[in-house]
Amino acid sequence: MDFWHFMLTNRQQVLDLTLEHITLAGVATLLAAIVGIPLGILITRVPQLSKLVLGGANVIQTIPSLALFGFLLPAPWIGERAGRLAILALALYALLPLIRNTYAGIRSVDPAVVEAGRAMGLTDRQLLFQVELPLASGVIVAGLRIATVVSIGLATIAAAIGAGGLGEFIFRGLAMVNNQVILAGAVPAALLALAADLLLGWLERRLGSLRVRT
Amino acid sequence: MTHEAAIEFDRVSFRLNGRPLLQDLDLSVMQGETLVLLGRSGSGKTTTLRLINRLLLPTEGEVRVQGVPTTQWDPIRLRRSIGYVIQDGGLFPHFTVERNIALVPRIENWPPERVRIRVRELLDTVGLNEQLASRYPAELSGGQRQRVGVARALAADPPILILDEAFGALDPITRSEMQKEFRALQQRMQKAVIFVTHDLREALLMADRIALLEDGRKIVDLPAAEFVHSQHPLARAYVEAFSGLPDPR
Repeated sequence: MDFWHFMLTNRQQVLDLTLEHITLAGVATLLAAIVGIPLGILITRVPQLSKLVLGGANVIQTIPSLALFGFLLPAPWIGERAGRLAILALALYALLPLIRNTYAGIRSVDPAVVEAGRAMGLTDRQLLFQVELPLASGVIVAGLRIATVVSIGLATIAAAIGAGGLGEFIFRGLAMVNNQVILAGAVPAALLALAADLLLGWLERRLGSLRVRT
Repeated sequence: MTHEAAIEFDRVSFRLNGRPLLQDLDLSVMQGETLVLLGRSGSGKTTTLRLINRLLLPTEGEVRVQGVPTTQWDPIRLRRSIGYVIQDGGLFPHFTVERNIALVPRIENWPPERVRIRVRELLDTVGLNEQLASRYPAELSGGQRQRVGVARALAADPPILILDEAFGALDPITRSEMQKEFRALQQRMQKAVIFVTHDLREALLMADRIALLEDGRKIVDLPAAEFVHSQHPLARAYVEAFSGLPDPR
């Protein structure tokens, strides 16, 4: 049975697992963005926190992914469902690129432009939303791009704790010593990552052109 | 017009981490007057400007704008009543010329139609073609950017203008044009203007009065016509440095 034949006969399951995979990685990245971008903004305003926050996010990254799933298992509510647990773990991994790029993006805005805005009487909020965030948006999207691609890749491991996704095929194929089954998980996962990378890369270039207009 | 100074420094000192950047500065600018702050890098010129729009507060003494100490001004209100022009315009790269000029009117919630009319008016005032309104700063020449910077500062018709090395990045010909135009503009507008430069030629061209700063202290404060005759060694050094063209080799 070759790869294409397997894909065709199992197309419903491939589709289901792909959608599950997208949900896992998508929700996790969204969650990480909701927490990470404001945190990145916060540490540009309260620089004393930057070491702590960036250091913390860095430490999370160093925990091996399987171990992180294990750590979170005893957590109430989270541990009850494999899906919740997987999403939280993926979100924690996605946090660092989002915090770091938001911070770096805002810090790299030309100080003369910020100073001019302040001197013209923009409030802190106006400065953030009308000047700093738009000019940092290219760098922030670059962080989002890394976070998304990492999440899609790591989400394959979520199957190890029964959270589903394309990792199901990979683990099943490993157990069956069947390359076709492994590829049925690995190829769509790789294509997803590639598609997300291209899409966000395009967005990044569009937004990045804002800052070249100096 | 009031006889009160628009801007007044009353024995102002400013220290940063114990290091004195300005010491015991007295200064006043009347409405309609152009004061040029002349001095080398690090002499305290920019610090002086930042004290006016309350980007800094004095360590000692008092800065009064329209008779009110800056400590009692709401900083946002204060800054919106002071036009500010910096080198190369300091324009927002992601805003069109139109949105850059309309910055203060928009945050002051002017009705859109009034903003639009004001922008056209200002483009005309600073000698820019209306067609430039939809361009981005990167699509303009240095001189055009500087003109947009001036238009932006004038947008909400503030009584006070401060210019920090505003024409410093321009080529000599454009620079000379801008200086002449700005002087003509000021004769019509009668703002209180503080103009920072390290170029004596520019100072003489723009100023009613020239204040020379060195190491955070004001050492000469004279009407422009008298400045060239000052006996102060540093003032003389300036005059000598700028006198005439060198003989070609």
